[in-house]
Amino acid sequence: MTTVKGPGEAKSPSQAVLASQRRGAAAHFGLSTAQLTEMYTRMVQARRIADRMLVLQRQGRAPFVISGQGQEACQVGAGFAIKRGVDWVFPYYRDLGMCLTVGMTPAELFLNFFARKDDPNSHGVQMAAHWGSKALRIVSGSSPVTTQLLHATGAALAAKLRKTKEVCITSLGEGSTAQGDFHEALNFASIHKLPVIFYVENNGYAISEASWKQMAVANVADRAPAYGMRGQVVDGNDVLAVYQTVKWAVDEARRGHGPALIEAKTYRIVPHSSDDDDRRYRTRKELEEWMKKDPIDRFRKYLAEEGLLTDQKAVEIEQQVEAEIKLAIAAAEAAPDPLPEDALLHVYADTPSDATQ
Amino acid sequence: MSVKSNLESIRDTLDELMAADDRIMIIGEDVEQGGVFRATDGLFKKYGVDRVIDSPLAESSIVGVSIGASLNGLRPIAEIQFADFILPAVNQIISEAAKLRYRSGGDWSCPIVIRAPYGGGIHGGLYHSQSMEQMFAHIPGLKVVAPATPYDMKGLLRAAALDPDPVIYFEHKRTYRLIRGEVPDTPYEIRIGEAIVRREGDDLTVFSYGLAMHMCLEAAEKVASETGIECTVVDLRTLLPLDRETILETAKATGKILIVHEDNLTCGIGAEVAALIGEHAFEYLDGPIMRLGGPDVPAVPFNHVLEEFYMPSPAKITTAIRTLAAY
Repeated sequence: MTTVKGPGEAKSPSQAVLASQRRGAAAHFGLSTAQLTEMYTRMVQARRIADRMLVLQRQGRAPFVISGQGQEACQVGAGFAIKRGVDWVFPYYRDLGMCLTVGMTPAELFLNFFARKDDPNSHGVQMAAHWGSKALRIVSGSSPVTTQLLHATGAALAAKLRKTKEVCITSLGEGSTAQGDFHEALNFASIHKLPVIFYVENNGYAISEASWKQMAVANVADRAPAYGMRGQVVDGNDVLAVYQTVKWAVDEARRGHGPALIEAKTYRIVPHSSDDDDRRYRTRKELEEWMKKDPIDRFRKYLAEEGLLTDQKAVEIEQQVEAEIKLAIAAAEAAPDPLPEDALLHVYADTPSDATQ
Repeated sequence: MSVKSNLESIRDTLDELMAADDRIMIIGEDVEQGGVFRATDGLFKKYGVDRVIDSPLAESSIVGVSIGASLNGLRPIAEIQFADFILPAVNQIISEAAKLRYRSGGDWSCPIVIRAPYGGGIHGGLYHSQSMEQMFAHIPGLKVVAPATPYDMKGLLRAAALDPDPVIYFEHKRTYRLIRGEVPDTPYEIRIGEAIVRREGDDLTVFSYGLAMHMCLEAAEKVASETGIECTVVDLRTLLPLDRETILETAKATGKILIVHEDNLTCGIGAEVAALIGEHAFEYLDGPIMRLGGPDVPAVPFNHVLEEFYMPSPAKITTAIRTLAAY
């Protein structure tokens, strides 16, 4: 666990984070049994939804999947740490668990996956996994990586100037930290002490490129002091550690103490996308080692040992999640495609595109 | 009504907009002390550090932060110091600003203005002289304006600032102090997408914008007085969306078309105007559609002989008008 000091830093969370690995730590950081159960449910949902998407793609029922199995603790823990519906989320394309946590439903996620007309994210315009919802304050993202960091910085600037007390969180993979927008966003946010959290889900790979090919330092968060901001590495497969660390950064930001760079160390247990074959660039042994550290198994065991989740309840959760997914898939698959001329909508506020003239 | 330069008109309009709407803020390099061209002079003192923000020397952040701020209730007017330096921000402009509305089914939008001083004739060399408008005029989701007069600077800047979509506002640097004209003291807008007929004549129609448009007017007067050839001169003003109606109407009226721009000839705005006329007004044409553009070299060279060779001029335009009139 690395804590990197920066200006304006309050108490480091590292002791508390370590404590989360002990039983009954700090009464689970103030989370109720219901909240802990919801946390677990969201993680299960995220995993099962993504797994089903891969199956549906293999069956030829959808063209493309990009997902983040293995990163559920990162995403759900961080999603729990913000004020949902108040704080702003600028996710990246693996953040299905984050979107679920801040309020997107499985039905909506499958409408997006099948690119249906009624997909609230983009009405079939975007590839799957490019989420956005004004109501949930999830800002629509693109495929070029890292652009969203500057949007989060700008929204945080507006929050500061308008004194709204909102915090922005933007997530990215460690591969994105090589982009120029990473530097520009952290630099700008730090100069103005903006309420924005740069949240790196370091899953070890940028498509096929292992971390050591992407950077010459061990931790992304080690760069934080160079920007004059707080940095923190956290075990990304420990949902409570993630929750505690991100919440600390969010609370600090809300108090006007500026941005933070949080790095959650995790692992993507699936290929980059449905078009990728990860056997070309990593060993099965490496994958199997990480499967043993599965964040969902780990949290279930923890909750069971704490007496907060019975086997029966865990089975019920699985059944509920599966049932909901089944309904969501059926509804989304039966939902209509957009009309061809819908391609001309929403180019500008006042006019459809005149491409057909 | 006051007589102002293009630059004074821009500055006064920014002031008027900021006084009326506290969502409007300025962000860019050196804007606190007025910017390198003084377009924001006095605004920092009047509106303070929350509304006139000096950005780091990083154009992607100027645009990206503006996009984010616009999502959260502000109306940023970003300044790119020279249009030549807009290139690091192109990903933010084309991948993000232009597509936010489209990709979210209208859920999100991006009401920002990007001001970009462009153009040569100021001994700026390769990287302080370029015309970048054609690149953005190809991108649906953006609006692109290039006003030429103090009156239009105000009317289009106001329209851009109040527009619900991203607008790139190109200001020709050579016209900043060169061009003066009357500007009403009260607020008004010029609708984005409307060209204007600056001069009427029966013999041929000249389309242009920016500095070159002023040269076209000068050339038209010269040709009229020397030869009696009378030109209509149309100032396009908005490059995306083009004013098809005015373009086709004025093209049909004379049947002889000359399009003039400082930008490189190939794939410039002139190509689109010519294609529109060729497709929709073919039977009215009385000669080949002619284009006079910058030579297809990478940028405007520095040495004054070379720069003069690159730039349009009333003399070059006069020759083109005479050639076309004689066809």
